[in-house]
Amino acid sequence: MEYNLKDKYILQLNEKEKALETRDLNIFYGEKQALFDGNLQFERYKITSLIGASGSGKSTFLRSLNRMNEGVADVKGSILYRGIDINSPKINVYEMRKYIGMVFQRPNPFSKSIYENITFALKENGIKDKEKLAEIVETSLKQAALWDEVKDDLNKSALALSGGQQQRLCIARAIAMKPDILLLDEPASALDPISTAKIEETLLELKEKYTLIIVTHNMQQASRISDYTVFFHLGNVIEYNKTKNIFTNPKIKLTEDYISGNFG
Amino acid sequence: MKNTKFQNNVAMAIIKLIAAMVVLILVFLLGKILISGVPHISWKFLVTPSKAFTAGGGISVQIFNSFYLLILTLLISFPISLGAGIYLAKYAAKNKITSLIRMVIEILSSLPSVVVGLFVFLVCVVQMQIGFSILAGAIALTFFNLPLLTRNIEESIKAVPNLQLEGGLALGLSKWKTITKIILPEALPGIITGVILSAGRVFGEAAALIYTAGQSAPAVDFTNWNIFDETSPLNLMRPAETLAVHIWKINSEGIMPDANAISAGTSAVLIIAILIFNLSARYLGNYLYRKLTSAR
Amino acid sequence: MRDEIREKIQKNSKATYQEIFGKLLVSISIIIILLIVSAIFGFIFSKGIATFTENNAQVKDFFTGTNWNPSMNEKGHPQVGALPMILGSFGVTLLAAIFVTPFAIGTALYITELASKKMKKILQIVIELLVGIPSVVYGFIGLNVVVPFIRENFGGTGYGILAGAVVLFVMILPTVTSLTVDSLKAVPKHYRSASLALGATPWQTMFHVTLKAATSGILTAIVFGMARAFGEALAVQMVIGNASLMPTSLLNPASTLTSVLTMGIGNTVMGTVGNNALWSLALVLLAMSLIFNLIVRLIGRKDIK
Repeated sequence: MEYNLKDKYILQLNEKEKALETRDLNIFYGEKQALFDGNLQFERYKITSLIGASGSGKSTFLRSLNRMNEGVADVKGSILYRGIDINSPKINVYEMRKYIGMVFQRPNPFSKSIYENITFALKENGIKDKEKLAEIVETSLKQAALWDEVKDDLNKSALALSGGQQQRLCIARAIAMKPDILLLDEPASALDPISTAKIEETLLELKEKYTLIIVTHNMQQASRISDYTVFFHLGNVIEYNKTKNIFTNPKIKLTEDYISGNFG
Repeated sequence: MKNTKFQNNVAMAIIKLIAAMVVLILVFLLGKILISGVPHISWKFLVTPSKAFTAGGGISVQIFNSFYLLILTLLISFPISLGAGIYLAKYAAKNKITSLIRMVIEILSSLPSVVVGLFVFLVCVVQMQIGFSILAGAIALTFFNLPLLTRNIEESIKAVPNLQLEGGLALGLSKWKTITKIILPEALPGIITGVILSAGRVFGEAAALIYTAGQSAPAVDFTNWNIFDETSPLNLMRPAETLAVHIWKINSEGIMPDANAISAGTSAVLIIAILIFNLSARYLGNYLYRKLTSAR
Repeated sequence: MRDEIREKIQKNSKATYQEIFGKLLVSISIIIILLIVSAIFGFIFSKGIATFTENNAQVKDFFTGTNWNPSMNEKGHPQVGALPMILGSFGVTLLAAIFVTPFAIGTALYITELASKKMKKILQIVIELLVGIPSVVYGFIGLNVVVPFIRENFGGTGYGILAGAVVLFVMILPTVTSLTVDSLKAVPKHYRSASLALGATPWQTMFHVTLKAATSGILTAIVFGMARAFGEALAVQMVIGNASLMPTSLLNPASTLTSVLTMGIGNTVMGTVGNNALWSLALVLLAMSLIFNLIVRLIGRKDIK
């Protein structure tokens, strides 16, 4: 079946709802273009899922939002955050990433204690007060639904935790920075179903305070947790709509075929 | 068919024979060195200075010189190798300049050590007039050690998953902070193993030293620890023959009556020291690695 | 309304300066190494050509002449015939390579194809220990074991190219073996299983499949070993006999570039013809080390194609 990749449906948001917006984002790995004209707007305090087959450009897109692709890919276009283009070379990327955090596909706790995993970056930011640090550790672990499991072992190595716990620690570590936006790159793909369910629960709670953008290859997951869904195909944004609409009434034939499992 | 089977059996036998011979060569070498050398090792041998013309000399000064030179060499070469290793592992872009840098390091590592020694002789000993000295020796050994240590550190850093760097960066840490505080501690077991192994190589090196640290071991006063004093063992400007150079020197122009016994004893001491380096590198590396990952 | 976060992400922070500092530090380290290497080449090149530019020696004489006596003049040119040393260096290197090849390949085949886990480990330790033995100790053993052995069994003084080659053979054996092991390990497993499944014997498989697939890696290993042998100074100098004569037999005392260098530098005065001629030998050593490097690169490139 032939699809026209020019057939698109992109939802537009109100100015004041936007937490993040991309304009004409084109991403290249050397000669090869991995994303074509990404124009997307993400709503504050919502979960937006990015779905699509592997190689569709969804992860590349996500990793460009806080410039984790720097040095790997060439990102052209603008990423608007609080009215400024954070894709500009003038931006202090280190400062920016404090507000736009990221959780990765594979859990990557530092080989330090659970406590230090969370406090390490905080201390670097000048928070030295022990009570304050302990308080942040507790709240972020609670938010990540890990507190009850580890509260007695905070000085144990983070590597002693199970994969699911490690991933929740990574989420706790990210939200301890009090970011605005949290980017999650298939955070549950390496985990078992029980851990996945726990992470999903955590995410639903987090959206009260954070804007979440999550890449997932699992369409059920996207439909369970997200408010908006973006469908990527071969580096093109094909459809962006409310999750409900995408899954029940897709506007584009390609989306419909992907969701019904006709390909990919 | 029978022919190929026969051929196969002969070939297998030859391969096993060769492997056995290699083991025998090592056993023979170690045996020869230790059996002919160990009987000459005594406490007196280890703590007496060497004598040029008469029997009964020891190797105390040479032992001190070897270790002192090793420590100085590591003090100079480790920071540079660490910087270069971090650069190659985490900062270097994939381009022509990087491959040129790699090529240059490769070339440095394949230069004959006698050429490196002669260069330091030319520049430091003669032109800068610092004379045959521990300092010149340490510089020569540094040049000899830099490429190997750099490569080892680069590989140890690269063995730490890049996810760790990403984890740090995503928290708003600078790349430098993440590398020094998160990646280096994880790479430490590999780095330490590499440093000790390089120490073994440096310890046994002689060709780079004969015209830099010199071939004489003037007596030093082990009670004088003022680094600026000429008789102090710590003085950087005194000539300092090492164990390895001592062996060479005795064998090429030694005139003391017990030359053969002394070189056998010195060889045994040198080999034992290097065996200790090798074993401790293996042990310490494994130990640190287990400690670091014990939680897994 | 003032947006604090917006201001922060547009300003430099502690992390920005940390990064500048770190980049500076690592760049300086690299620059130091680059400077060292260029200085080595610059100085030795300029010293090495002085024999020809200042002392009026002829390049042709240097490479083809057989009389090494730089302080003596012959028709206005100093006698700098380095051919005996050049031949000596190539002689010990080639002979050592010939000795080492079957041993390295045999041992590597044993380690990768035949040995049990325990034997593998033992051989790996053996190789590591052999790497660790310093070259002067090899020289000392050569002097006490190899030289008398050759004298008693083959005649002559025992000193000479053969003794040098035997010592070098043992010295480069561990390096060549472990590089050969690496290249054999890089041959995909299914090559072997396919060959064995077709009914080939283990030896046929090793010879026609494994070794063939690893040829360029093995060649690289041997060239690496040769580079080390060519540049080795003291171990060779101790057993070669140190006579700057044309080598007429493997059993006569001879000399190599490195042995003449180590003996000579201390006995000549800086700036004299005799001293400059030695630096020319050092330049030849440097050039050969580059050539070995180039050969390794060429073999590697061929492999990629």
